[in-house]
Amino acid sequence: MEFRIFNFGLVDFKKAWQFQKEIFKEIKNDYFNAALILCRHYPVITVGRQGSQENIKVSVPELKNRGIQLYEVERGGDVTYHGPGQLIAYPVFNLNYFKKDIHLFLRQLEELIIDLLSDFGINGLRYKGLTGVWIDKQKIASIGIAIRNWITFHGLSINVKKDDLDNFSLIKPCGMDIEMTSLESVLNRGVEMDNIKNNLIQKFRESYEDEKTHNL
Amino acid sequence: MTKVVLPELGEGIEKATVSYWYFKEGEKINEKDDLVELTTDKATFNLPSPCSGMLSEIFFHEGDEVNVGEVLAIIEES
Repeated sequence: MEFRIFNFGLVDFKKAWQFQKEIFKEIKNDYFNAALILCRHYPVITVGRQGSQENIKVSVPELKNRGIQLYEVERGGDVTYHGPGQLIAYPVFNLNYFKKDIHLFLRQLEELIIDLLSDFGINGLRYKGLTGVWIDKQKIASIGIAIRNWITFHGLSINVKKDDLDNFSLIKPCGMDIEMTSLESVLNRGVEMDNIKNNLIQKFRESYEDEKTHNL
Repeated sequence: MTKVVLPELGEGIEKATVSYWYFKEGEKINEKDDLVELTTDKATFNLPSPCSGMLSEIFFHEGDEVNVGEVLAIIEES
């Protein structure tokens, strides 16, 4: 049993996607059983399996003009945007060593984010059927994962910076008319990305240790 | 003849939606090949083929909902 952390800075979406697949293979080969990849992305719109490009309000050439990449990916969920103001976490977990429960894993990811927000005095909420974490009616964190042979990849994004929310107006996030918010917007002050990252790593470590102990 | 059944996916999960078939009816498949991808909540997951053979019949198509325990497809073993 081993949990590995891969801590990156600003990374191209495609590179991080390929890296997840490399880590996935290592986990499938049982070199270790869980990993967490942390990074931020250059502006990118991704479309999940339940999504459609109809939920992107501008044309593909227009996205290109704005320097936003576009990918169709194998995760669950619809359209989303990622940019440098978000913290991205890709947990690659071999659920064969934990609990083989898809919804439980999604709820645990939400719980980690809610726990992180509470450290800042923020009350993060979840609504049944609307996976992710919300502040009242605004969304602060999104989740979309893929599981192959009970090994997870893709993951979650937390809106941290307040100046990276404009591009959400180019899409219908999750195929709905959702307003997004960020940690900085809620707190009305600046927040260091590294603080959030280290906090999230800690939360994942604790959760991993807990789960490991339960499954002994 | 081997039945491909939707297995248990976790507590309280009764169904999933077919999102992608990796093979068509009549095609040959190997054991452990990805056979079908399904979706529940914000997660996609795969079912690998339980044996090698020919995918003879698909009962649920892309977009269809399947209950846990239901037969998704039949494979004629080679």
